[in-house]
Amino acid sequence: MAKKKTIRTIPQKRAPMRQQDAHRRAKNFEEVNCGYGLEDALHEAERCLDCPDAACIEGCPVGIDIPGFIMKIGAKDFRGAYDLITQTNLLPAICGRVCPQESQCEGVCPVGETLEPVAIGRLERWVGDLAIAEGWSNIPYIEPNGFKVGIVGSGPAGMACAADMAKAGCDVTVYEAFHQAGGVLRYGIPDFRLPNEVIDAEVDNLRKLGIKFECNTLVGRLFTIEQMIDEMDYDAVFIGTGAGYPQLMGIPGDSLNGVLSANELLTRCNLMRAREFPNYDTPVPIGRRVAVIGSGNTAMDALRVCLRLGAEKVHCIYRRTQAESPARAEELHHAEEEGVEFHWLTSPVEILDDGKGKVRAMRCIRMELGEPDASGRRRPVPVAGSEFEFETDMVVFAIGTNANPIIGQTSKLNLDKRGYIEADASLATSMAGVFAGGDIVTGAATVIEAMGAGRKAARSMKAYLGIRNADAAGLTERQGSSGKLFGIDLNERNFARVRVA
Amino acid sequence: MKPKNRRGSSNAQAGSAVETSERRKFEIVAREDFSDVTYLLEIHHPLMARAAKPGQFVIVMSHEHGERIPLTIADFDRLKGTITLVIQAVGKTTREMQQSCQVGTALYGLVGPMGVPSHTGGARKVACVGGGLGVAPIFPLARAFKENGAYVIGIVGFRTKDLVFWEDKFRACCDEFIICTNDGSAGIKGLITDGIELAIEKHPDIGELVAIGPPIMMKACAEATRPHKIKTVVSVNPIMVDGTGMCGGCRVKVGGQVKFACVDGPDFDGHQVDFDDLMSRLRRFSQAERAATERWSESCRMKNPGSPGLPSPDQSGEALALPDPFEEAKGG
Repeated sequence: MAKKKTIRTIPQKRAPMRQQDAHRRAKNFEEVNCGYGLEDALHEAERCLDCPDAACIEGCPVGIDIPGFIMKIGAKDFRGAYDLITQTNLLPAICGRVCPQESQCEGVCPVGETLEPVAIGRLERWVGDLAIAEGWSNIPYIEPNGFKVGIVGSGPAGMACAADMAKAGCDVTVYEAFHQAGGVLRYGIPDFRLPNEVIDAEVDNLRKLGIKFECNTLVGRLFTIEQMIDEMDYDAVFIGTGAGYPQLMGIPGDSLNGVLSANELLTRCNLMRAREFPNYDTPVPIGRRVAVIGSGNTAMDALRVCLRLGAEKVHCIYRRTQAESPARAEELHHAEEEGVEFHWLTSPVEILDDGKGKVRAMRCIRMELGEPDASGRRRPVPVAGSEFEFETDMVVFAIGTNANPIIGQTSKLNLDKRGYIEADASLATSMAGVFAGGDIVTGAATVIEAMGAGRKAARSMKAYLGIRNADAAGLTERQGSSGKLFGIDLNERNFARVRVA
Repeated sequence: MKPKNRRGSSNAQAGSAVETSERRKFEIVAREDFSDVTYLLEIHHPLMARAAKPGQFVIVMSHEHGERIPLTIADFDRLKGTITLVIQAVGKTTREMQQSCQVGTALYGLVGPMGVPSHTGGARKVACVGGGLGVAPIFPLARAFKENGAYVIGIVGFRTKDLVFWEDKFRACCDEFIICTNDGSAGIKGLITDGIELAIEKHPDIGELVAIGPPIMMKACAEATRPHKIKTVVSVNPIMVDGTGMCGGCRVKVGGQVKFACVDGPDFDGHQVDFDDLMSRLRRFSQAERAATERWSESCRMKNPGSPGLPSPDQSGEALALPDPFEEAKGG
């Protein structure tokens, strides 16, 4: 290292992210954030202090060597930066875009104590995009070990698990019920946040590892988990079917036409391309005055999709305040810029019909914050007598999701009382050789947390199959990131030996 | 026909019907036209033929830009490795498929079998009722009840004699078989509920009635059995996107509770289903559907002026004025 950087010597200001103008972008589905240019990336890389006890690595659910890759950007070794990221995260272009960095790596960045934290997510995305543009991919030498691994669900958890198992030498097949791979990345997150080309590129990278993707396959109904183990010769199975079962409020009028789940809106629009109707056959309801209930990332996506579909006015209805809103700060900010109107401390109590089975309005009630609840956030309580009518012709529920029930219905796996799959600390389920992770175990969470779970399950699966190095890696999670033995990184998991039966 | 064996493990695979390939092809191996709107497709999918049970459905995507439409499995042949769908051309997608789905072509997407299989045990005497779109999917149910030792009364309804199909198949598995036609040109003259009354009169000990068809018909069936307190199961047919419990578009009200037809159904207690809600929800996209159909028939006439196989504008208008274009959903 040439010179020691301090908080005073680094560039004080973050390199700004170039964005599409809010008025223009609210009418198209192109990406909002245009990404860093080379200059921006070098400027931002300069801001990293390369702290010896890198808090950011701890803050990252998959433990990316963040200072390491940023230093490589600074040294203009871009390929090196990509190689370093992909040791732990195969999907940098995706995670750089959709991780809630402010509550993970960037949230613990020491620079953030006095200045704005290093824009780790933007740098990661820049590296990921560069790799896609340059056609880089890191395909390690893989020695087939004869094990056959099945992955149920091609979302982030499944993808991460598949990648690790393929690198370990297993013959990996990923099953997806939809006609395209990607799971929530494909159907849930809109193009203006995560373009389809990025998902395609990352899925292609996984294909290059030898992973097979089988779409149009509904595991549980076409064949069961038990059949995968007993008849289809899978040595281990990972279940990452997610929590996609949308919650409805259960208030009067919620089956009226014009009331739908955010999942339905987003799936129609993103996966089925309903926004290009009638060139694509799937229709999507378009409201004039849309109310989206909820204020998480899905709600933000739904709000912004409605704007782009041509709604005149889009309202966000949330029963708590902005401070409790679970959405990524950037998404909230973008939604605001694009003209979304926020109604905090408001909750619908009834949806009113127009006499023809459609939505006419909503009856809402004002809320106030009371005592903290189990989540530590102050519980919203209704203010008596504060009900009012709110004119709207389309209501979208984005108030959370429950476990997908299909695997539970069709296998003997133990479920918890809310229907999620029961898994121990190593993500093993009640059935030998079957592991589960992501939203189907924890309930709805983030893309990167699901990926973290997928990788954790992969470690356990390797231990279960007796693949070398698996247990060591499982025990010393993230500890010896700098430890080397005979020049080989202790965390190196890119090779494996065939188990001697 | 299926490309690519799994690498290095063909030995272990011997004897298993499970096949794996990078992209399954859903080839149409047979087709039969029952009338100018109803056609049958037999599709090669050995894995699904093995897994399918009566009462389940599939989601079909005919091409890359297509929509996902749910269709009830009308039959399956485990030996041949095929599943059968009977489709009525009522909307844009089903009409387009009527032209494009020929033997030798393949569907872009086919996923299933979806839904909870029908319960076909228990009852000693069962009435299996199919109307319109529901005639084909009621057949595997009638057969399954018969195989489980029940006395099966098949009751099917058509508009007129020319539309009747599968009479021999039904007669082979039903102990009694009643055809109702609106004009009396075949079987008894009257609505399907007349057939049900007839059956109940003759057999007061019917233990269960299963009805598949347009919602209005299923509603009438449920009302016909309600006074007799006969257990009535209906297979609902709402609009779906994914069919895996993810969008909630197919929600129906059953006994005041919200259920998702794709994962909680499609079979529900006919006396509990809120049919008015179901019918109202089926009309969600009728405008979009009409626009798509008109646009499509327009483009067909442009490409192929005077083609005899195509519906003329007034015909399409008539078809759309029928109960609902979305009844193509889940009918077969």
